[in-house]
Amino acid sequence: MRWTRAFIGLNFFYSIALLAALAPASIAVAQTANSAARFAVVLDAAHGGDDTGGRLASGQMEKAATLAFSVRLRSLLAARGMAVITTRESDTAVDPAIRAQIANRSKAEACLSLHATESGSGIHLFTSSLQPSQPARFLPWKTAQSAYVEHSIALAGALNSALLHDGFNVTLSRTALIAVDNMTCPAMAIEIAPLRGPDGKVTAEPDDSDYQARVATTLAAALLEWRLEPRQP
Amino acid sequence: MIPRHQKILFSVLLAAALIMTGVLWHLRQRAHQRLLAGEDSAPTKAPEVAPTEQATLLVANDADGSLLVQARSLPLPGDPNARARVLLGELLDLYAAPDAAHPVTGGASGVAQVFLLPVPSSKDSQNSGDELAVVNLTGNFAASHPSGLETETLTVLSICGTLRANLPHVTKVRFLVDGQQRPNLAGHADLTRTYLTADAVPTGGANP
Repeated sequence: MRWTRAFIGLNFFYSIALLAALAPASIAVAQTANSAARFAVVLDAAHGGDDTGGRLASGQMEKAATLAFSVRLRSLLAARGMAVITTRESDTAVDPAIRAQIANRSKAEACLSLHATESGSGIHLFTSSLQPSQPARFLPWKTAQSAYVEHSIALAGALNSALLHDGFNVTLSRTALIAVDNMTCPAMAIEIAPLRGPDGKVTAEPDDSDYQARVATTLAAALLEWRLEPRQP
Repeated sequence: MIPRHQKILFSVLLAAALIMTGVLWHLRQRAHQRLLAGEDSAPTKAPEVAPTEQATLLVANDADGSLLVQARSLPLPGDPNARARVLLGELLDLYAAPDAAHPVTGGASGVAQVFLLPVPSSKDSQNSGDELAVVNLTGNFAASHPSGLETETLTVLSICGTLRANLPHVTKVRFLVDGQQRPNLAGHADLTRTYLTADAVPTGGANP
């Protein structure tokens, strides 16, 4: 009887120990599942308020075109199960530092700064021109993006492939843009330029709703693929 | 009948008028001679014209977002600061042309000054031989520049690339507008940071 009690007690002890050993792994698996489930995208509609941005050929200001595109893209991403954080939802001025703060707090997998222009053609994709650096606990504010530049270039590559596949004319380049340079997430700027035919004539303006819908659909599909791609932390 | 004393008075006044005319003519001639003599003492040596040299410009093209290499023969002064200013002035004048591939309507005379400063090496703060170019753009150029991420980036890169192609020791570039620091060129391209000329790589034409 005494031996039986001792055996049961030992089994109980081992069970507790086994559960304690497995618990962190279970929590880690749950966290991984949660992070996979929570795929956040930051949409930063450039300009707003007094900062009108450029003027488009239609007479509309860039700030209005970027906000319309942000709303359109937000709907498509949310429909695909992504958490979408926007830096502005109306015609308000938002400081570039605030935009970056919103992006950095969201711990997003993709941060997209949205622009529109009358010059050039097709879609212009930009990543930061900062030199890549190693991630650190504390990053200089002005060059925070440098630790994420390689991820940003990978994101730009994914979006570039999807846009080219859907027949868009894409230019991929690097630039210095204050809000993007301060972001601690894979970040890039997307500039919608007029759609032009082979003769150079404009067939769709950047604020054309059909054109914006096509671009947004392609980007949403590309971000869905980007979500499923295995990435290094 | 005119009285005798009036005839004498008229004759005297006429003679005085003639004498005064002569004196005035003489004074005018002397003043003219003095003026000519002063002009003769001014330097008459013609200003020196800088010899024409081959220069390389990196010209932006909005159609495909590229930087094209163009060779030009320009009279380039010997002073590096003036040389840089002439090069960039020529580049921005191209953008002011009506049929420019990268139009900036107020591009003509868009560069006020260029200052070349030595860049100290990071370790011993001695001169590394590299130079920082501070490009002072005119307010008119910035005000008339089209707003857009690509077009502004191309302008900045074409300036950096042109400096690198002709003055290889210039490794960094900073921008001012009317002598003041400005957050961006026309709403997008950051003008507060230091640009590396090595980032401006031509994407078309012959390499410099």
